[in-house]
Amino acid sequence: MSSSVLYDAPGPKARVRNRVYTVVGALAVLALIVFAVARLAAKGQFAPEMWDIFNYAGVRTSIRNGVLTTLQVFAVAAVLSLLLGVLLAVGRLSDHKPVRWLATGFIELFRAVPLLITIYVLWVLFLTYKSELGFTGEGTQFWALVIGLTVYNGSVQAEVLRAGINSVPRGQREAAYAIGMSKTQVMTSVLIPQAVRAMLPTIISQLVVTLKDTSLGYVITYQELLFAIQQLAGNTVVNDENPYVPMIIVGGAIYVAMCLLLSALANWIERRGRRAKTGIAVAEAGQAVTAGDAMGPIDGATTPGPVGKAD
Amino acid sequence: MNVLLDHLPQFRDGFLGTLALTAASGALALVLGILIAGFRVSPVPPLRAFGTAWVTLLRNTPLTLLFLVAFFIIPQIFFPGTSPFVLAMLALGFYTSSFVCEAVRSGISTVPLGQAEAARSIGMTFFQTLRMIVLPQATRTVIPPLSSIFIALTKNSAIAGAFSNTELFNVSKLLSDKGFAIGWIFLWIALAYLIITFSISGLFRLLERRLEVAR
Repeated sequence: MSSSVLYDAPGPKARVRNRVYTVVGALAVLALIVFAVARLAAKGQFAPEMWDIFNYAGVRTSIRNGVLTTLQVFAVAAVLSLLLGVLLAVGRLSDHKPVRWLATGFIELFRAVPLLITIYVLWVLFLTYKSELGFTGEGTQFWALVIGLTVYNGSVQAEVLRAGINSVPRGQREAAYAIGMSKTQVMTSVLIPQAVRAMLPTIISQLVVTLKDTSLGYVITYQELLFAIQQLAGNTVVNDENPYVPMIIVGGAIYVAMCLLLSALANWIERRGRRAKTGIAVAEAGQAVTAGDAMGPIDGATTPGPVGKAD
Repeated sequence: MNVLLDHLPQFRDGFLGTLALTAASGALALVLGILIAGFRVSPVPPLRAFGTAWVTLLRNTPLTLLFLVAFFIIPQIFFPGTSPFVLAMLALGFYTSSFVCEAVRSGISTVPLGQAEAARSIGMTFFQTLRMIVLPQATRTVIPPLSSIFIALTKNSAIAGAFSNTELFNVSKLLSDKGFAIGWIFLWIALAYLIITFSISGLFRLLERRLEVAR
């Protein structure tokens, strides 16, 4: 339903009224922004010296290193979580009961526990057994973050893939068996390719979540973007104030830009998939990913895409 | 094994802290989310733009960054001495409100066209149509996604523990700093979260059944 169904095409009176609301609404939003800016300016956060810090090579290098570190964690975690996702999805659909139970237990446990706690526990474990595991320097934090992200997002990706595999029409599987393909062949050459195509927007949406969650490295003092800007702001003193506002605005803009780019990719793929007349329906990019839902399994068998959304 | 029994008061405080944070920010998110969803379908263009900007911005910002904003910027704008609980509630509530808004908006679009048309044809205004006809009927489809949003909120509230709030993550951190085995702490904390998430999904399933239409 387009939103315009909720109200009539405005007549002369309504047009005037809408214009009044427009002005009042815009003024209210503007007033709030002006108030916030004025208060921050009174604290000296918008003084030119505050923003001058971005002209220093050291500050720029720190921010660039932070971005690179964040992207590095994201890249490794994304690849590993997709691999784990495929493994878990196949495990959960396995014909062997122990494998199925193991995969289900793993998925449900790590989806139910907050990611932050998983990462923290891994970090403590890695610190305790640092010498045995052979970590040096930042290695403990890096691997705690990457493995934490991997097990959580891998579990979610597994559910997404499972929904995709279930949404492949039964005839496909039956036809594949009928021409004598083995179980592995059916899975790798018939079911998974179609499932991935159908679920690609959802998978990428979950990758956006992965990218956002790399910021949890802040809590375990890993030098990614968020920790870098927080440290910079905490260690720099301009006009007797810490430049938290400029730093957070710049850091936030970088994060939002990175996430929007990835979301745009998901939306583009969804539209592209919609255009094709063949194959099973492509899931919606915006919704889906019941990352939070510990118990409501997403079954794509009846609906084209999983429902529910949160990260 | 004895970590739980020896530190029952801490665990209880953490459990209650998580519950309180979830409930408070959930209420805030619900109110804000419905309001913003109303903005997004309203006939006034700037409100629509505001709603869209709100959702796009908050959905693409890491929650940890919002916590930084809440703890380092908000006190400078408003009162310096705001308690960590309120600040955490604001960050969590604002973040979750964007998801609630999207859920409500897609719920609104599932209400049959004829309902809104009928409401308009008997002369109801936009606000009346939304409040008395569309939103009550949208409730039914919004409940299942809301359940997963609130479960996600429960888990996200763990981040508040890193910002001087007493809740389950904070407790696990304290106990592991004292040198207790992390494995057992993890197990008990996971159990506590499972209890909360199971109750939320049970509650919503109950609600769903109560609101079901007899067909």
